Amino acid sequence: MTITLNGAALQTGAATLADLLYEAGFGPKVATARNGAFVPAGLRASTPIAEGDRIEVLAPMQGG
Amino acid sequence: MPVFYGTEVASPLMLGTAQYPSPAVLAEAFRASGAGIATVSLRREQGGGQDFWSLIQGLGTRILPNTAGCHTVKEAVTTAHMARELFGTAWVKLEVIDHTDTLQPDVVGLIEAARILSQDGFQVFPYCTEDLGICSRLLDAGCEVLMPWGAPIGSGMGLNNRYGLRSLRAHFPDVPLVVDAGIGLPSHATQAMEMGYDAVLLNTAVARAGDPAGMARAMALAVQAGRAAFLADPMAPRDMAAPSTPVLGKAFLT
Repeated sequence: MTITLNGAALQTGAATLADLLYEAGFGPKVATARNGAFVPAGLRASTPIAEGDRIEVLAPMQGG
Repeated sequence: MPVFYGTEVASPLMLGTAQYPSPAVLAEAFRASGAGIATVSLRREQGGGQDFWSLIQGLGTRILPNTAGCHTVKEAVTTAHMARELFGTAWVKLEVIDHTDTLQPDVVGLIEAARILSQDGFQVFPYCTEDLGICSRLLDAGCEVLMPWGAPIGSGMGLNNRYGLRSLRAHFPDVPLVVDAGIGLPSHATQAMEMGYDAVLLNTAVARAGDPAGMARAMALAVQAGRAAFLADPMAPRDMAAPSTPVLGKAFLT
């Protein structure tokens, strides 16, 4: 299936958000959203990934 | 020292973490500043997030995540939730931006987002204007701190509306007030503190200085001077001259 991960199209077979994070090699300190809604870390393993999903994976960055 | 949501912080200087030439310069500037709070953000992970997390953990300051760049209530609220989990704090510098040129707050959206987040247990630091009515509504929405702008973000123009900032201080004597944005020089920071503001939040003035650590040191001295002056109860200005040397007893020498 094709999803959008941080704004870029991605082919993936990941069943859950947790699988996707593992597959994409993200570090431990990230926050996630699926289709514009916050997904807490504790729910990633039970959050399914579906065709067309928009996934955002954010990390700490410089800010003012 | 200022107290925000029951927590006393080490300094009235709040410093941003963006735009420094290198992580080493950032760390050096923070050491020189003695800042009690570091503002941070969150963006799409592109490989540097884990390193930055290690860096800010080493600064020894409290962390204030922001919702910079959010233009809608939904965006800001979702970003705040992500920040709370990521940074492990209920504090959030709430930005709902209205205009891309001035980066002035969307005050209507700001109030709505502040209410939603306050009800959800967040401790909101709203980046707002100095408008008394708006600030009153932010307090009603649950904010216990206000952060009116001095001037547009990154402009370095200083305090554009000193009358408005003074009025805000006078109307809310017990609310922690922070001038956020627009500070370009140490004298601007001093002016805010002389007015009785509890803290200033700045970033670009230090990060973009030729010597960031030197400017950070200058800002630290500036907030100390301003606070000391406020506590010393400054004299009232006069329109006309008033001799400081006594006239009585002056020799008649003409």
